[in-house]
Amino acid sequence: MAALLPTASGTPAAATEIPVEPPAGMRRRRWIPYALLAPGLLWLAVFFVYPVFQLVMASLWDPSGSVETGYTFTWAFSNYADAWEMFHVQFLRSLWYAFITTVVCVALGYPLAYAIAIKGGRWKNLMLVGVIAPFFTSYLVRTYSWKAILSDSGPVVDFLKWVHILGPDGRLLATEFAVIAGLVYNFLPFMVLPLYASLDKLDTRLLEAARDLYHGPVRSFFRVTLPLSMPGVIAGTLLTFIPAAGDYVNAQLLGGPNTQMIGSVIQSRFLVVNDYPIASALSVMLMVTILVLVTVYVSTAGTEEVV
Amino acid sequence: MARRIPLSPQAQAVLAAMPSRRTVLRGALAGGAFAVAGGALAACGTKGTNGNTAGPSAGPLCTVADLSATERKVAFSNWPAYMDEDEKNAEVHPTLVAFKAKTGIDVSYTADINDNNEFYGKIRSQLAACQPIDRDIVVFTDWMAATFIRNGFAAKFNPDKVATFAKNLAPTLRSRQFDPNMEYAAPWQSGLTGIGVNTGVTKEVRTVDELLTRPDLKGKVTCLTEMRDTMGFMLMSNGKDPGNFTTADFDAALEKLKAAVASGQIRRFTGNDYVQDLAKGDIAACIAWSGDVIQLGFENDKIKLVTPDEGMMLWSDNMLIPITSPHAANAMALIDYYYDPKVAAELAAFVNYVCPVAGAQEEMVKIDPDLAQNPLIFPNAEMQAKIKIFKPLTEAEEKEYTGKFQAAIGA
Repeated sequence: MAALLPTASGTPAAATEIPVEPPAGMRRRRWIPYALLAPGLLWLAVFFVYPVFQLVMASLWDPSGSVETGYTFTWAFSNYADAWEMFHVQFLRSLWYAFITTVVCVALGYPLAYAIAIKGGRWKNLMLVGVIAPFFTSYLVRTYSWKAILSDSGPVVDFLKWVHILGPDGRLLATEFAVIAGLVYNFLPFMVLPLYASLDKLDTRLLEAARDLYHGPVRSFFRVTLPLSMPGVIAGTLLTFIPAAGDYVNAQLLGGPNTQMIGSVIQSRFLVVNDYPIASALSVMLMVTILVLVTVYVSTAGTEEVV
Repeated sequence: MARRIPLSPQAQAVLAAMPSRRTVLRGALAGGAFAVAGGALAACGTKGTNGNTAGPSAGPLCTVADLSATERKVAFSNWPAYMDEDEKNAEVHPTLVAFKAKTGIDVSYTADINDNNEFYGKIRSQLAACQPIDRDIVVFTDWMAATFIRNGFAAKFNPDKVATFAKNLAPTLRSRQFDPNMEYAAPWQSGLTGIGVNTGVTKEVRTVDELLTRPDLKGKVTCLTEMRDTMGFMLMSNGKDPGNFTTADFDAALEKLKAAVASGQIRRFTGNDYVQDLAKGDIAACIAWSGDVIQLGFENDKIKLVTPDEGMMLWSDNMLIPITSPHAANAMALIDYYYDPKVAAELAAFVNYVCPVAGAQEEMVKIDPDLAQNPLIFPNAEMQAKIKIFKPLTEAEEKEYTGKFQAAIGA
């Protein structure tokens, strides 16, 4: 994460140090960094590398097996085709919802983070607490509250009916709107905080300089503020998009059968149907897809600090 | 969720947010279950967990010395809100206190079962390896009880020790296909699945077809995520018997469900959480469990459980003794105790589910005459004629049907 933290200048730390031959005493202790790394590496190996390896193996099990009769490893690549065939709708829907969520979060989160960081003044800390405070309540309870807020007989629906945005039979729950609203609400802090961290370090003298050079507010925003906060934008979009694509609580609680996301499918395949190969294949597909999308995004967005 | 005391809407919302017996969020709430799934992935391919491929007929997986005579105790794992509670202290269960007074056997009671799959996953590998699970009675719903017995994990009852059970088990539950001779599974409570209607929002619903097609209900109908309950109704509405159908019948019934999903008639598939929405009127009619709707009816007389013309589904949660229990005799004594009609009536008066004990109705008259007349707790002849039980499935059928059903409901 350290690499995600923006530097004031926006340029990477100098990487051109001249290698110095260490003194003899130092050389003998070269193993020390590795020893210090070992606990972390072991942790990664046990809780990340091994499970991912198992997941990939499980996605290639013979699909005709079962928990009771056992599964055999048969390089069954057909699992991937079957999983896609059965669930591409939910798969693409998840990516789409995550994309919309991210866009809405940027639109809402950037002004908010800007206000806190630049205009917050002595209210800055209080405003930050306002962003973080929802975390003191459980994610599930907060999502359940959205059910009450968006309920058919609730104030939001009543108001929208009153202004004729919704028809007399209209509702919000069990629609795409409710799912995306829940996602935006739950992930907005993940967007605001990195943006805030980025904007807070913004050197306001640069804005003064821009003004001196006859930049108006719009131009100085696009030429100075935005480029310098790009690391925050990138970190925020990643922190929003990745978990949103895999989320299933919002779709489960606020959505209907036509708005389910891939997370629900994976959960139900694993725990209800006990169909481990398909569930694993879907999990691997989701991981790889997100990895590819993120890599492309980060390399296109092109700030060296992030990659 | 069997609740006796009417709760405020706020308290109900909090309860609904907690893991409930049949909640949709099986995995989300029961994170432990992921560990279960993970455990099953622990090798390149897996060995079957069915340690006893020939089933219970091949004899017990292992034998464990019964210490019941010297260790006067029994460990009982059950679902939440499924036991009577003292008015002052919910930790005290009067029927269990009376059992200890009567037999000297101490019961350690835990309500730690939230989900059939999850709990089965938790104890499966230990039982397959013949290790103790520190429980002498576990409670599973019919279909999971069937799996439990099929895998040879259930200890056989000693007929001499469960004479009251043999005598008093309700006739409808006597010839269940997964335990035809009443040797392994003793129903704890049963429940009926019918149609719950909020008559404050809509006029009465009589049939499953109305539920699936009536235009005024569009978007205001929910069905259950429990495959057997929902598909039982779809099969019945196609004129098929959920107790005896073919794969083609199942597929045809599933098409009916898919059409209702595609048309937007069905708003959601739910676990226990339909309760709040039905009470609020966000949903007008739904497939619902009897205990829940009886409770709602106490608070709002507009909410009713309708017996659809097609019939109702009956399911039971069953007490089973794990094969490695060292207190099997004590466990049988406890099972037998709950088949005493007096005890059964006391319990049923609290939990409001269908009482599986013959003779309990007469005892209930003394406790609460109204409840004794409630056909949803003591089904009368007319009701019994309409009750259907979902057929037992093989593991392959289970996987196929559940897989298709889950895909149809979008998950």
